[in-house]
Amino acid sequence: MRLQYPSSIRIICLPCTGKVDLIHILRSFEKGADGVYVVGCMEGSCQFTAGNLRARKRVEQARTLLEAIGIGGDRVKMFNLASSEAPRFVEIAEEMTRKILALGPNPIKTARKKMAA
Amino acid sequence: MITEIKTPSKLERVLKAGHLAVTSECGPPRGSDASVIKKKAEMIKNHVDAINITDNQTSVTRLCSLASVIHIKLLGLEPVLQMVTRDRNRTALQSDILGAASFDVFNILCLSGDHQIFGDNPKGQNVFDLDSMQLIQTVRHMRDEGKFLGGDPIQRPPRMFVGAAANPFADPFEIRVPRLAKKIAAGVEFIQTQCIFNVEKFKLYMKLAGDRGLTEKAFILAGVTPLKSVGMAKYMKNRVPGMDVPDEIVKRMSGVAKEKQAEEGVKICVETIQQLKGLPGVRGFHVMAIEWEEKVPEIVEQSGLYPRPQIG
Amino acid sequence: MIVAKQKPIDEIIEGLKNAGKILVAGCNECVTVCESGGKKEVAVLASALRMYFMNHGKDVKIDEITLERQCDHEYLEELRKLIDQYDVVLSLACGVGVQFLAEKYMRTPVLPGVDTCFMGVTEQRGVWTERCQGCGQCILARTGGICPVSRCAKRIFNGPCGGSTRGKCEIDKDLDCGWQLIINRLKELGRLDDYELLIPIKDWSKERAGGPRKVVREDVQ
Repeated sequence: MRLQYPSSIRIICLPCTGKVDLIHILRSFEKGADGVYVVGCMEGSCQFTAGNLRARKRVEQARTLLEAIGIGGDRVKMFNLASSEAPRFVEIAEEMTRKILALGPNPIKTARKKMAA
Repeated sequence: MITEIKTPSKLERVLKAGHLAVTSECGPPRGSDASVIKKKAEMIKNHVDAINITDNQTSVTRLCSLASVIHIKLLGLEPVLQMVTRDRNRTALQSDILGAASFDVFNILCLSGDHQIFGDNPKGQNVFDLDSMQLIQTVRHMRDEGKFLGGDPIQRPPRMFVGAAANPFADPFEIRVPRLAKKIAAGVEFIQTQCIFNVEKFKLYMKLAGDRGLTEKAFILAGVTPLKSVGMAKYMKNRVPGMDVPDEIVKRMSGVAKEKQAEEGVKICVETIQQLKGLPGVRGFHVMAIEWEEKVPEIVEQSGLYPRPQIG
Repeated sequence: MIVAKQKPIDEIIEGLKNAGKILVAGCNECVTVCESGGKKEVAVLASALRMYFMNHGKDVKIDEITLERQCDHEYLEELRKLIDQYDVVLSLACGVGVQFLAEKYMRTPVLPGVDTCFMGVTEQRGVWTERCQGCGQCILARTGGICPVSRCAKRIFNGPCGGSTRGKCEIDKDLDCGWQLIINRLKELGRLDDYELLIPIKDWSKERAGGPRKVVREDVQ
């Protein structure tokens, strides 16, 4: 459809969001990502039955952990949509971008810069 | 029926002389004022053959049963030492039994005890070195063999009439009578049951117990409790484990004006006693009116169980 | 297996606040099965800790290692060449492993990262329940394979108590009454008569009450 979405988003393709593990989310933040979002199929339509349900649970775990260590649980979120819903994909991208911009950069990046100085 | 007297217990003598015995219970205070327990005992002393003193009931810390029975004994009354295995190991249990025996306390009721999670020290340890059946065995061993569990002889062994509780209304029903059989095999001599509201179920229990000859081997005292209000009836029905309060009882209590409910509760209690007086195997009644001890004399009198036999 | 639960992260962070070089050591056995201290949990915890310390302006070195077990000499020896580089080891093994590691490496502080709970089973993913308390004298043959010590809240040997209601324990309506389970099982086995056999007084000297215990097999020494 050649719709435009914010260029600050890096897409990582997976066969199923069930492949996302907690450590992948954490490492992203460790390496300086400002936000992570997981986009999976509509609940009930997972080709592998429950992959997207597991992903949701792991995203929740990540939220709790990130909140506890002071990075902020709002930086990670899970969305569900059908593969045909391109406009919704754009909507989500814009929503996340807005949210992360409002939250500011990953505090790790700021802290690293300070330490290097 | 057993008639051979084994201890100086007045309760034992009343039962073995063929009378219907009456016992009741008093809860010690949450402090060291012994006059509280003495007053309660004085209120009921002429209407019962023996008075149970509860042992940190519901796991709430109170003046201990041992000290309380001593106070009662010093008043010239007949106490029943209730002993739970939740708080003491076998050394302390045997030691406390001797403590009571040193004051000539002649009755003991062996219980496991409510879990400490219900009480004021839910984070405390529990002991359960022995269970209630093993405690029964222990007391009988101390009395009849004159020996400690460890094997050494006891100087002036305790002479105690041994009792336990039975709950015909707990689950599963099918093992309630086998459980009674077990306690009797362990050496129990008298039983006080949980309070009875479901008379039909109790009758069934007694029939099954009778069929096995158990009612000949131990003296079963039927437990009764006067309800103070419909609220109490509902609470006991829904919130107390092992309690069976039929809907008709609750209905009966709620069908009466609030000011009259206490009177109705006493009436139901007396009716229950009257119904059970003639039931084979019932050898007496255990009236539990915690914090309402003043009703005991009235209940005993209205049930035709007064005056109490004078046993020399 | 031994079931353990990871400690709250603020408790772990509190213990590490003065460390500059930390080794997070997991264990491949029980704590892996109960998802509290295996390789995955080590990775997640290490990552979270790195981010926490970074965020607080501290450049802390946090390394990860997962040993096969922490309760055998051979596996703990794998740490010998590297342990001196660290100020502290955060061990996610059960209490047994933490202690053995500490005994072996006396000059390196070792902190526990999990709370060791009980010996139990995985009833389903995410739910672990207690089955054994190591009383030292197993009577499962008499109770149809269900333990009154670990599954009865009062460890009664001649149960159930008067509080058993509809098959549940008086302390928790979601907790099965151990004795109800025993009775059900004896029934299934056609052995309900065994219920009336009095189980004798327990020898508690074989359990914790008798002091720290030891098992020796001279024939294999």
